[in-house]
Amino acid sequence: MNLFVITLMILLGGSLLVLLTRNSSLATRMGTLTTLLATTLSGYLALHVLISGQSLAISLPWTVPGGEFNLLLDPLAAFFVLPISVLSLLCALYAGPYMADEGRTRYLSGHWFFFNLMVLAMLLVVTAANAVLFLAAWECMTITSFFLVAWNHQQEEVRKAAWLYMLAAHLGMMLLLALFVYSGSYSHSFNFSDFGALQQLSPASASLLYLLALFGFGVKAGLFPVHIWLPDAHPVAPSHVSALMSGVLIKTGIYGILRVLSFLPTAPAWWGWLLALLGAAGALYGISLAAQQRDIKRCLAYSTVENIGIILLGLGFGMVATAEGYPQIALLAYAGGLLHLWNHALFKGVMFLGAGAVMHATGTRDMNLMGGLLRRMPIAGLFWIGGSLAIGALPPFNGFISEWLIYISLVDAGTLLNGLNALLPLLLFGLLGIVGALALVTFSRLIGISLLGQPRSTVAEQAHEAAPLMLVSMGLLLACCLFIGLYPQGVLSLLILPLGQIAGQMVGDELTTALTPLGHGGVLLLLTVGLLSGGLLLLRRQRPEQQGATWGCGFQFPSPRIAYTGEGYSEMAFRHLLPKFMRPVVTGGKVAGLFPAPISLAQHSTDPVLYQILTPLFTAIATRCQRLRWLQQGRLPIYLLYILIASTVLMVWSLWAGSRGG
Amino acid sequence: MEITNPLLLTVILINFFTLGSARLGACIRIVALQGALLALLPLAVHGFSLHSLVLFSGALLFKGVFIPLLLLRAIREVRIRREVEPVIGFVPTLILGVLMTAGAFLFADFLPLAVEHLDSLFVPTALATMFSGFLLLITRRKAITQVLGYLMLENGIFIFGVLLSEALPLMVEGGVLLDLLVGVFVMGIVMNQINREFSSINTESLTALKE
Repeated sequence: MNLFVITLMILLGGSLLVLLTRNSSLATRMGTLTTLLATTLSGYLALHVLISGQSLAISLPWTVPGGEFNLLLDPLAAFFVLPISVLSLLCALYAGPYMADEGRTRYLSGHWFFFNLMVLAMLLVVTAANAVLFLAAWECMTITSFFLVAWNHQQEEVRKAAWLYMLAAHLGMMLLLALFVYSGSYSHSFNFSDFGALQQLSPASASLLYLLALFGFGVKAGLFPVHIWLPDAHPVAPSHVSALMSGVLIKTGIYGILRVLSFLPTAPAWWGWLLALLGAAGALYGISLAAQQRDIKRCLAYSTVENIGIILLGLGFGMVATAEGYPQIALLAYAGGLLHLWNHALFKGVMFLGAGAVMHATGTRDMNLMGGLLRRMPIAGLFWIGGSLAIGALPPFNGFISEWLIYISLVDAGTLLNGLNALLPLLLFGLLGIVGALALVTFSRLIGISLLGQPRSTVAEQAHEAAPLMLVSMGLLLACCLFIGLYPQGVLSLLILPLGQIAGQMVGDELTTALTPLGHGGVLLLLTVGLLSGGLLLLRRQRPEQQGATWGCGFQFPSPRIAYTGEGYSEMAFRHLLPKFMRPVVTGGKVAGLFPAPISLAQHSTDPVLYQILTPLFTAIATRCQRLRWLQQGRLPIYLLYILIASTVLMVWSLWAGSRGG
Repeated sequence: MEITNPLLLTVILINFFTLGSARLGACIRIVALQGALLALLPLAVHGFSLHSLVLFSGALLFKGVFIPLLLLRAIREVRIRREVEPVIGFVPTLILGVLMTAGAFLFADFLPLAVEHLDSLFVPTALATMFSGFLLLITRRKAITQVLGYLMLENGIFIFGVLLSEALPLMVEGGVLLDLLVGVFVMGIVMNQINREFSSINTESLTALKE
């Protein structure tokens, strides 16, 4: 029996078995063990495929019309299976202590059932080699993640967010259905191996399929402007679920785009431009909104939109460079995009798990109620700062390496191309620079406001350090981040096979050798920082330090209330930078008269795409549809009459079509 | 062939009777008779084999005995005898039924049928019975009559099923019987519910459920 099939069996069996118990801690142990076993196996298999390059094909009996249970673990699939395995494993470890309190008042069996099924569905999605199986797994993934998002369904906010997620995911699913039904009927088979027939598509229909895939998968991936579900769903889900969804689940959308691109004929340049520009727009949009959120997890969710944007920018620009005939530049851009995909899974894992630890300690997601947490939870705080450095693309962490690759490809294109063509890559380069700067603002704000300074509330004052197992999973993720940052050539050598599959060319080891100095630089930097801080510590020990309140600013009796709030910190950056529709809504705060009364000021940031474009659009459609209400008479005979009319028309039509055809 | 055609013609006549009659008890009995006649069809068509015997006994049991008994009990319990004020009057329904039956015969001529089915009454009868069932479902207000309509609809499908019973596995017929049962159960529940909640079994009252 094949190892991968055993992995799937373990997940399925484990998720069913856990339903038998009503004991929460037993359920947690069983669920964690299931994930542990299965993901170790699948991670090992993925590594094996990435190193040896031998794809794994599996075929099982399955009686569904058009469907065959074909699985293919090729390098591209393995590239996604590996982060899914790693992150699922660590999130499962984290979930035990994180959910322990909740387990005393409610059954956790349901949670572990959906958790393991979601892992199973994700593994199936990236390995399915049949369109029917793929769609079934995709739908399973949507539904299980919906139930996980809606875990705390007693709250109105959670139900709304989960509902929005379900709605968006199914709108995307409709596009995917159209995509695969068209492809399947064109190539007379639903097996991916037969989709090679799509190479003969006319440019117009190929472009149509590409757009269907882009937006159908884009909804899941958090592509701007169809990312709308993401900023609502991530904050309300339990933190390890947010980490898993943000880290790997939405990446299956990118997998889908890449897989469909491999069936379609050679991509014209505008496909790549579209992807790159949407990516750049998403990155800029996501990070601007991330910097305004006071909800820490919402901030991270918007940062997901940003990072997906960066990944798509890399991949899209790779397509452009391939179409324009610069394979070397394409390789750089693709490598940057792919590596950033892995990196994002790692550091977003750290960030969401850290946010979970902070939430667990304080019971709030509002950063204005935090402050001074670094003293109270030093290790988790330190990991969170490490994750912020990585996500802000600072050396010696991994985010720097992948963004550096994308920057280099853009600059190279800018210098090699001539005339107006060179302008666009350079423009993208500039935009990416702005995104990087805003990311620094966002994450210095996130850790500065919530971890440093004085506690702003009693909940922050009484915060406690996270449980050991939670710290272990965060620490391991951060160690991976640091490892990639210091030893990029090793990780890039794993990427060579999927890279070659996507770029459609042989990849040598120039890329890995080119990255070696970066890793050395990282080590040097780390050493310098270590030496400097050691020296400072030594000096500090020799000389007595002067005690003063943090951010006291010379006040005699400082209070936490005079410290910067989250809004205050980002206002400096945004007052003159953002267009009006993206600025937060400010209410109150007008001081009048010589002896003003106490006043309050509130700031509220909503998603402009959702509230200013999509909600009015769908409301307008709904009002138009009200006119069709007369069809809904609410009387059984009328509905039966509809059925009769419909079946009669179908009968006559089939006869007519049959006589015309025969 | 000699026996099937009279059988099928009787089935059509029963359709007309049900469309034109207001007495619920008579309607239920005549539809039971229709089911019993249909149960004979597999025997008449395919001869005495195990398969057709199973079909015969199953259909007779469900269509001819079990469900009619249930329905008779139902009308005894809710104490109704007659269908009053149908949406469309009895004579217009009857005329519509005749038109539909004629349409079914015309339509069947156009169908690309297998050679051995070309001259038989199977397909037009099946269509006509289905349409009559539909008509009953649409035009009557009492839930009981609607169950009858549903039963007739299923009878029409059963006639089709007999045609195919040799070609397709037993699953098809099993499916027919099964969803017949399901249909009766659903209607039974609905009826009980209406009776309890609104103290009438007029489906009109269901309109209150409209969103």
